Amino acid sequence: MKYFFLISSGLKRKKIRTGLTILSIMVAFILFGYLTAIRQAFDAGVEVAGVDRLIVRHKVSLIQLLPQNYESKIERVDGVDNAIHSTWFGGIYKEPRNFFAQIPIVPEELFDMYPEYIISDEHKAAWLETRSGVLVGRGLMDRFDWKLGDRIPINATIWGKKDGGRTWEFDLVAIYEGAEKGTDTSQFFIRYDFFDETRANGGGLVGWYTVRVSDPDKAAEVAAAIDAEFANSAHETKAEAEGAFIQGFANQIGNIYFIIMSIMSAVFFTILLVAGNTMAYTVRERTNELAVLKAIGFTDRGVLGLVLGESLVLTIIGGTLGLGLAWFLVSMGDPTQGSFPVFYLPVRDVFIGLGLIIAMAFVAGIIPALQAQKLQIADALRR
Amino acid sequence: MFNWFSQIVAVTHFSMRSLPQRAGSSVTAMLGITGVVAVMVGVLSIAQGVLRTMESSVGDNNAIVLRSGSDTEMMSGLAGEDTRIIAEAPGIARDETGVLASPELFVIINLPMLTTGTDANVPLRGVQTQAMSVRSSFRLVEGRMFEWGLNEVIVGTGAQGQFAGLGLGASIEVGQEKWLVVGVFEAGGGLAESEIWVDAAVLQPAFRRGNSYQAVYVKLESSDAFDEFKEALTSDPRLNVKPMREAEYYASQSTVVYNMITGLGTLIAVIMGMGAVFGALNTMYTAVSSRNREIATLRALGFRAGPIVISVVSESLLLAFAGGLIGAGLAWLAFDGFLTSTLNWASFSAITFAFDVNAKLLAQGIMFAMLIGLVGGLFPAIRAARQPVAQALREL
Repeated sequence: MKYFFLISSGLKRKKIRTGLTILSIMVAFILFGYLTAIRQAFDAGVEVAGVDRLIVRHKVSLIQLLPQNYESKIERVDGVDNAIHSTWFGGIYKEPRNFFAQIPIVPEELFDMYPEYIISDEHKAAWLETRSGVLVGRGLMDRFDWKLGDRIPINATIWGKKDGGRTWEFDLVAIYEGAEKGTDTSQFFIRYDFFDETRANGGGLVGWYTVRVSDPDKAAEVAAAIDAEFANSAHETKAEAEGAFIQGFANQIGNIYFIIMSIMSAVFFTILLVAGNTMAYTVRERTNELAVLKAIGFTDRGVLGLVLGESLVLTIIGGTLGLGLAWFLVSMGDPTQGSFPVFYLPVRDVFIGLGLIIAMAFVAGIIPALQAQKLQIADALRR
Repeated sequence: MFNWFSQIVAVTHFSMRSLPQRAGSSVTAMLGITGVVAVMVGVLSIAQGVLRTMESSVGDNNAIVLRSGSDTEMMSGLAGEDTRIIAEAPGIARDETGVLASPELFVIINLPMLTTGTDANVPLRGVQTQAMSVRSSFRLVEGRMFEWGLNEVIVGTGAQGQFAGLGLGASIEVGQEKWLVVGVFEAGGGLAESEIWVDAAVLQPAFRRGNSYQAVYVKLESSDAFDEFKEALTSDPRLNVKPMREAEYYASQSTVVYNMITGLGTLIAVIMGMGAVFGALNTMYTAVSSRNREIATLRALGFRAGPIVISVVSESLLLAFAGGLIGAGLAWLAFDGFLTSTLNWASFSAITFAFDVNAKLLAQGIMFAMLIGLVGGLFPAIRAARQPVAQALREL
């Protein structure tokens, strides 16, 4: 405890310098927290992807459709538990920048395939009763302030209606929540039967299949078996694990991970340099005082501990302030207003941040601390 | 007045010459600014690169016609008959080959990326003979043009650089068929360089599109001819189309990606900038406090406060400028021209682009650095000039 008094008075010696160093460290950690949240937004889809799920799409191109009768054929493949189809509706709600995924799907199949979508029994029944009903995620509801019972008009750019119109109207009768923080709750599910009977063309064709395998370890084999089933047919397929499929999209957006890690490293290195320099300067300035402390009986180890302790206090204050502010900033919402399906700071990364704080304290303070430890009293007193 | 001025020169000269004594902290401050500027320029060059690709080489007299209600080629659909009607509209330029109107089909095909090996959505465009003439910056750089009616394609330089299997002589698998890559083209750095082109008549049956297209690209007689052209098409009862200037079309396509990158980039730059200001302030305060006695001596000798403030600020500005220059230079060396690709949300396909570190960005980076230097030097300078002389002289 006596050390604490010495540390705090050492820091209070040059208040402005201490304050500024804490502020620089704080900024480094705000950036750390925010960038981690951004990286998580890109990775989230991959993390929550079902390990026992495959995506089967048209081999030539994602935009090509597959026949609906493939479903029973896929289910007959060894190792397949259940297969369901989904299609891309691709409509516009009011204006193009209000982009969100609209997907025609068979309700009972959705309930079976995606246990991470939590829906109340009441809502399930409501959706099964209303042909034009839609199941909407909580995130999407909040984004547009929709209420249960709203009529949502969507302008279909791809699918014209049999009566010639392009505006489809849906009734919001069911809501789903995500089981985990990373679950995507920004989707809009339409009933497939309503979609199929109303669309002017493309009858009997669907976008892709989601398949659940009974043994996740055999996923790759089952995927190969599915592709073999349709090889050389009019519509060849490509089956892959759901996580890999989503990762493929993330990879297209760019090697975000690499860019973010580079920025973080650059920032940390710079801040470390500044903090370390400040610490070193402080020790040089106080050579005399440290020598006096040694003269009155503080051990070499004690002085080492003193300098490291100052470094630690500085970085802890700055780091925790930074992480706290980052948490606050992240909770203010997605900076891109809707491009990210989820946006939050994972607790795991907060712990990594805390670890980094300690590491930074050590790296910045170790050299000055060792210098202080080695001070020869007589020499130092003369300076 | 002259006295004041010569004081400034003297003190500044003096402090510059004593700079080597403070080499350690000066270099640190400089490096801090270098880091910030390099990262800021790097991140913003991504947005510049995307912008450049999307807007480049689109002349004022180029227009595109989509189906009414569509915002992108991908979502649009035009019957073959409609494209013939559109080609008869007034205002379209002609040359010896005929009317410069090009009906085109736009689909995506999956090919692995060279960097990660995972699949990307690569744009595949079905064209007719006019496509090359409508785009004035089109140039074949390797190989030859494909033969009409055959399973041959040409690829853009950007596409070739990002996706696997597009070398000259390679074949891409499309369903049961193999399409041969016979040529490589450039298009003035524009979006077309991320695409693969093939004869529309070959693409339509491969993707089961019948006789339909998605867009008609036209080259107008002049920029003013657009209004007449648009009027004729929108008032034609046989058609239900949306003519746009090509530049406008690209602007609307790029908005999402550009806004996202610029928004994120600016946010990161601002936060880093704040960090840099604190770091610079810290270093300058430390630098000044190490010279306290020196400064106090100067003041005791009779130098006024003003020149001292100016000398400290100019030292800070010099360091910031040097740091900014190095940072901008590093960013330019490391990032300019770096080829990569991202996802164009509007068309759901990949666009290849190069990081673009242009003069405007470099200037912005250095300005930013100077701003940091100014703020970082001002407060310590004022503080140094205000301290009571006797007290400062006594300080260690």
